[in-house]
Amino acid sequence: MPAVQLNNIKKCYGALCVLDGINLSVEPRDVVAVIGQSGSGKSTMLRCINGLEQIQGGSIDIVGHRIEPGTHSLRSLRKEVGMVFQSYNLFPHLNVAENIMLAPRVVKNVPKPEAWETAQMVLKQVGLADKVGAYPDELSGGQQQRVAIARSLAMKPKVMLFDEVTSALDPQLTGEVLKTIAELAAAGMTMILVTHEMGFARQVANRTVFMYKGQIWEEGRSEDLFSAPKTPELRSFIAPNLK
Amino acid sequence: MIQSFGFSSLPILLYGALWTLILSASTFVAAGIFSLIFALLRVLGPKPVRLLIAGYIELVQATPLLILLFLAYYGLSFLGYYFPPLAAAVISLTLYATAFLADIWRGCIEAIPKQQWEAADALAMSTPQKLRYVILPQAFRISLGPTVGFLVQIVKNTSVTALISFVELTRAGQLLNNMTFQPFEVFLTVAAMYFIICYPLSYYSEYLQGGKRARSST
Repeated sequence: MPAVQLNNIKKCYGALCVLDGINLSVEPRDVVAVIGQSGSGKSTMLRCINGLEQIQGGSIDIVGHRIEPGTHSLRSLRKEVGMVFQSYNLFPHLNVAENIMLAPRVVKNVPKPEAWETAQMVLKQVGLADKVGAYPDELSGGQQQRVAIARSLAMKPKVMLFDEVTSALDPQLTGEVLKTIAELAAAGMTMILVTHEMGFARQVANRTVFMYKGQIWEEGRSEDLFSAPKTPELRSFIAPNLK
Repeated sequence: MIQSFGFSSLPILLYGALWTLILSASTFVAAGIFSLIFALLRVLGPKPVRLLIAGYIELVQATPLLILLFLAYYGLSFLGYYFPPLAAAVISLTLYATAFLADIWRGCIEAIPKQQWEAADALAMSTPQKLRYVILPQAFRISLGPTVGFLVQIVKNTSVTALISFVELTRAGQLLNNMTFQPFEVFLTVAAMYFIICYPLSYYSEYLQGGKRARSST
């Protein structure tokens, strides 16, 4: 049974459909990269998967939960689906440990010692065990993003969604965040990554999806997709990256 | 009875100053409670409620405090609801202060970036949890300066309650002037006492707004 299944989903603003009949199936332990031009709908698709955006048609099945147009009770789903944003979105008034422990404590009622232990563990996983007491504005962008990943991991999600998580970072900081994600992939986390890092998509994702004008234009094994693109749109999209 | 202005006149002014402080504090507490509720409903409430609160704020902000005071004291007593001066003063000052404070606090809540709400959403937090742990603590920080600044306005505005014979600092000054006929000395002293109450607040407000660095959200 797929971990995530999108059945003909539609997302429209009036007559303009930014997602126009998307079908996608993601198996457990899959790492799926979503690529495409800005405005092709990739981020919107990701945001629909955990209900940050409402869909107008179709349905989404995700780790035993179903989203349909008008679904409002999304909290039980969000407990099992982590999301990491381009702009990190750490809580600036809380330190690293508090950022990570907040949701497990108040949403899942995890006792404090256990939440603390989990925080230590996930921080170690992202290589920031020594930053437990730091405030977000004392960290570099790359460190903040890794804390954001740790914060998601602390909820013990079954699926992780990454929304252009390196787009605000310089190449060196991008590298450290990508390394963290690659380690998660190796550990068997089911992930969907919207990304502009073609090399990374090719290397870490076992499948890649190319979106164009609100549709899935081409998809397949990452290796095949990048080495032998079938559509002219994908060919021209990846051409600058192959130089 | 004519007496001359001197140290023996101070007790009546201090008595008045005490009531100015009591009136300011009661107004601030009552207005604080209503303002928090109104600010939250203005941001999160259903549309009719939002419009109702916006209407209240516009209406009261455009009404002189003195008129509200006369309505509460004379107007309501005409309708059979008699309030003693203290109650009428607190009611009208609260109505007035709420219209401004609710607006200030709404601005502070809306100043928190949308991404903070989304991050809390993605962590499966409920609306009360988002407010309690993520949004309000940040909004509280940025509201401190303007809130303390507004407190100065409340203190000064309590002086209008002298017009319904509530004996606070200004009214005490008037009474003292009637006894001494030394208006310059009396009201200069009254002004100095307002300054002593208000200046530390103003200073603290500027310190909060300028000196203390607010953690920026990124």
